Amino acid sequence: MTDSPYEHHVYDVLIIGAGGAGLRAAIEAKQRGLKVGIITKSLLGKAHTVMAEGGIAAAMGNVYSEDNWMVHFRDTMRGGKYLNNNRMAELHAKESPDRVWELEQWGALFDRTKDGKILQRDFGGHRYARLAHVGDRTGLELIRTLQQKVVSMDTDVFMECKVLKLVHDDGGRIAGCVAYWRASGEFVTFEAKTVIIATGGVGKSWKFTSNSWEGTGDGHAMALWAGAKLIDMECIQFHPTGMVWPLSVRGLLVTESVRGDGGVLRNSEGVRFMFNYVPEMFRAETADTEEEGDKWYDDHSAGRRPPELLPRDEVARAINAEVKAGRGSPHGGVFLDIASRRTPEFIRRRLPSMYHQFMELAGVDITKESMEIGPTCHYIMGGVQVIADTAATVVPGLFAAGEAAGGMHGANRLGGNSLSDLVVFGRRAGIGAAEYIEAGDVATSFNMDEAEAAVRESLEPFDRETGENPYTIHHDLQEMMQELVGIIRNGPELEEALTKLDGFTERVKNMSVKGGRAYNPGWNLATDLPAMLTVSRATALGASLRKESRGGHTREDYPNPDPEFAKFNFALSSDGGTWDSPISATESLLLPMPDELKALLEEAH
Amino acid sequence: MADVTMRIWRGDATGGDFENYTIAENEGEVVLDVIHRIQATEAPDLACRWNCKAGKCGSCSAEINGKPRLMCMTRMDDLPDGPVTVTPMKTFPIIRDLVTDVSFNFEMAKRVPALLPPPMPEGGYRMFQQDVERGQEFRKCIECFLCQDVCHVIRDHEENKTNYAGPRFFIRYAELEMHPLDTNDRRELLKEEMGLGYCNITKCCTEVCPEHIHITDNAIIPLKERVVDADYDPVAWIGRKILRRTKKTAAEADVQPKP
Repeated sequence: MTDSPYEHHVYDVLIIGAGGAGLRAAIEAKQRGLKVGIITKSLLGKAHTVMAEGGIAAAMGNVYSEDNWMVHFRDTMRGGKYLNNNRMAELHAKESPDRVWELEQWGALFDRTKDGKILQRDFGGHRYARLAHVGDRTGLELIRTLQQKVVSMDTDVFMECKVLKLVHDDGGRIAGCVAYWRASGEFVTFEAKTVIIATGGVGKSWKFTSNSWEGTGDGHAMALWAGAKLIDMECIQFHPTGMVWPLSVRGLLVTESVRGDGGVLRNSEGVRFMFNYVPEMFRAETADTEEEGDKWYDDHSAGRRPPELLPRDEVARAINAEVKAGRGSPHGGVFLDIASRRTPEFIRRRLPSMYHQFMELAGVDITKESMEIGPTCHYIMGGVQVIADTAATVVPGLFAAGEAAGGMHGANRLGGNSLSDLVVFGRRAGIGAAEYIEAGDVATSFNMDEAEAAVRESLEPFDRETGENPYTIHHDLQEMMQELVGIIRNGPELEEALTKLDGFTERVKNMSVKGGRAYNPGWNLATDLPAMLTVSRATALGASLRKESRGGHTREDYPNPDPEFAKFNFALSSDGGTWDSPISATESLLLPMPDELKALLEEAH
Repeated sequence: MADVTMRIWRGDATGGDFENYTIAENEGEVVLDVIHRIQATEAPDLACRWNCKAGKCGSCSAEINGKPRLMCMTRMDDLPDGPVTVTPMKTFPIIRDLVTDVSFNFEMAKRVPALLPPPMPEGGYRMFQQDVERGQEFRKCIECFLCQDVCHVIRDHEENKTNYAGPRFFIRYAELEMHPLDTNDRRELLKEEMGLGYCNITKCCTEVCPEHIHITDNAIIPLKERVVDADYDPVAWIGRKILRRTKKTAAEADVQPKP
């Protein structure tokens, strides 16, 4: 065993992140007899998965028997504007039903159809009602089920432990990581044959976000520093419906289920404006009139879907345009109305946590009044580039799954495809790690110098008597990213953002932290900032290079998609492996699509 | 708007005291917003736990003016005028400031015998909405542990912690016992090792539950009845002897199904 100056642990599979992907990976590796450790920045069961509301997409065909994996694959690719890794989209569509049924074997209690099957609900971009759900708290059900399964398997979980950096062996393979305990501030090293990154998203770099404090892009950044590539980092999903008032909860998610269950969007003139924003690509399958759209809710063969259920990127842009045109709500959003369309009993039964959330935080009764909503930074489609079948990165021993991995969702993710992504690719990462270990070419040493350098760097802010407070830097970073790298972007602003990020790098190098190391949130934030700057730079860089508009990336100076840009992802790599190293980009060609998958896309809707 | 004075307990396992922070109040804010602004300005090392800030993760539990609540769901304008006191949960050991060591709960979670369903038929299990709804109520639990904090069995008696699961886990046991597919029997365990009998149904847990789960009425009382039935009902006893039982006792069952 390696001689470490710190507390030291040894595992076969080390998983960073205890959301849906990390926990599912742990179960898989554990079932294969491996020694598994899970590290989480929070307590177990608090990861951002808990915030998912609407459901988990899986073509089980319980409500519409016409549904199958081929339709789900097609919907996912169209929603992603064809930038997806088609193999990931295929595996996801094929395997998600089994992953949902498996959750039920582990104790999940989904809502039921009349004949006792798992009920499925409508969501944007899905042709059929496809989302298995529990009211509007599906994420809680998913994480609790996986958490209880992991606990029943007697898995080691390191809670409130923050990873600073990945560590290699002498041959460039992954050998583990270095971390600290939040409670004590003491450092700890983990030696592992494989590391699975399952750290979730990056939203905390934006001012209005649905993400919790954990969404600082740690895994994205650490993988990049360790030699992996990031793709599609410009593709950020601004969820159309976040709360806008009161200001203190601005950005908080309002589930898409409100629209799936009949809610509509109106501007200050009371107009259902989404009818004016149907893009050519979706015109044939979208209702022309309110009457037609309204019939569709009860019977999908009686009319076409209402435009409120277009993919999220389309709806977010439309809301943005209405507000800009002066037709917004008093607090700068638009109105989401379900009160006039469904009974109070229906709303309280189907959307209990939305009812609760608006009642308690905004004093709004959603069974009587409209909600004020606007776009909020919600999800990053981009992430660590992986092999679809194994979740392996280019760094031997390093894997990634869930929101931290890229490719599955292309330029825009459909609602409900995230929870299914977590369990499909979490499992595959567990298998990938097990197979890598079995092949035998694993790390032979643990580079303690790398670990010690990361420890030293994390402590530097304590040595600076004067210097900026990390909270101020974070606040300013959020303002800047919101303003310059938000929903609608342009070339000069992105250049300005990249220049400003250089300034932020200097500020982080000079920041100062007060107090001790034990449970010091100021210091914790200071250790998050390097990752936040890395992912912010990656997003700004990708956005400046992608001179077109596609999915979650909109350029006002290049407002249309460009077929040339549909051929590749921008793959980013770090030129030095430290958080302040420059990042460079190459064009990484999309995976060629097999003819049988191509045929599915060409089918009439 | 007027300034507000926050009296926040600061310290660690070795001791501590209240510190006052006077800060401007903004419209619509919750207690956690004010704590965050104090962190960002006067006290960057003020420790508190939080994640979602939407009442969904159950991280930011504390005692506000003496009452166990989520800081993210307590609006400042709902509190009476005057200083607002914020203290850590009393039942759990202090780590720092408002952060407590809640590992008691994670240890209790390990002792829960898992769901043991029959093999899944082709196309999934069939269960009906009215049958899953009982369990769904308990699965709304966000594990804020406020019910554990307020429960006097462990709040006032540290020695009970080794053999008392507490309200959070009573609803977990109830959920499993009422699960349409479960074949485990946890009644003996509840009586002998989980201290179900210690609860004298004062409903303090139900009162503080931010998810409004009817912990006492829908979980604890039915569990108590099941345990009593198992012990004292002579008809049921004979019935069990004569008829084939569908449920196994915790001792008989393979309570931790193989992975």
